[in-house]
Amino acid sequence: MKPAAMLDESRDPLFIAEEWMESGKIVAIATVVETWGSAPRPVGSHLVIDADGNFHGSVSGGCVEGAVISEAADILETGRPKMLEFGVADETAWQVGLSCGGRIKVYVERLG
Amino acid sequence: MDPFNLKKLNEARRLRQASVLVTDLGDGRDRVVHEGDPVSGALGEAIGKVLRSGRSGTIEAAGRSFFLNVHVPRPRLVVIGAVHISQALAPMAQIAGYEIEIIDPRTAFATSERFPGIALHAEWPEEVLSRQPLDAYTAVAAVTHDPKIDDFALKAALDAGCFYVGALGSRKTHAKRVERLLALGAAAAMIEQIQAPIGLPIGAASPAEIAVAVLAQIIGALRSRGSSDRSGDVAA
Repeated sequence: MKPAAMLDESRDPLFIAEEWMESGKIVAIATVVETWGSAPRPVGSHLVIDADGNFHGSVSGGCVEGAVISEAADILETGRPKMLEFGVADETAWQVGLSCGGRIKVYVERLG
Repeated sequence: MDPFNLKKLNEARRLRQASVLVTDLGDGRDRVVHEGDPVSGALGEAIGKVLRSGRSGTIEAAGRSFFLNVHVPRPRLVVIGAVHISQALAPMAQIAGYEIEIIDPRTAFATSERFPGIALHAEWPEEVLSRQPLDAYTAVAAVTHDPKIDDFALKAALDAGCFYVGALGSRKTHAKRVERLLALGAAAAMIEQIQAPIGLPIGAASPAEIAVAVLAQIIGALRSRGSSDRSGDVAA
């Protein structure tokens, strides 16, 4: 049994983040830290983003990724982590809603 | 996130070592805690809880807010016996996200024609398991009906603390097996954890139906690890 083969490294956000880091890129990591109601991705899910806007992984069904990616650009620059919240019940914070009616909290930080 | 911690976490994941990334949501600092590392106080208790349940979450401890992201190894299923049930069980388990391996020293059974695309070992369990030991994130289903092949693997599964151990056979067959396992030095309390007859009692008749019953029982065992709730309350 080859332990490395047990994980799909080509699709795993944290392995991709490490690979990007090794190749000298700066990387932001977004993590779902809380969900309410019907949320598409479980707590602990990751989306990783580089400075060019390339990304891997998912923190939602796809509906809030765009907003997280644009926010990541700022975090990559300042290095200050941010807690983002998305959901139909919270339209004041973001114009992006989750069609499923759930709410999610996403922590976005810079690697290094 | 600290780059060193990312490497440490990924290394643990490659080695199938359960770990928790602890992030202080106040200042963004993080650290990696491996299963078995001592951490005191409320934080330590919370870490133990997420390792058992496999469910990440935010907790408050010592006036701070921590996010605990738990990484447990992908569940693996080792089937002892390249039989008819295994032919149905292997693709089903793959669909359910399990890494699957089949061990059977009978070369007429363990053929790639019968198991296309499945990791197959036409060797004795003793040989395979000495190379690649079982662990707590592995399920073992013994379905050969042959004590010469099944018994060693069952004892090894109990010793490794596999999250699921099941064995094919009637109650009468199992009673004899219990005697043999006791003779091999297995503790009675451990032997009780063996699911025998194997599979949920859904009246399964065909090999494919038995495979469904076995896989459902394995999923139930995985999802109820560390809790008395067997309803399979899955984070999603």
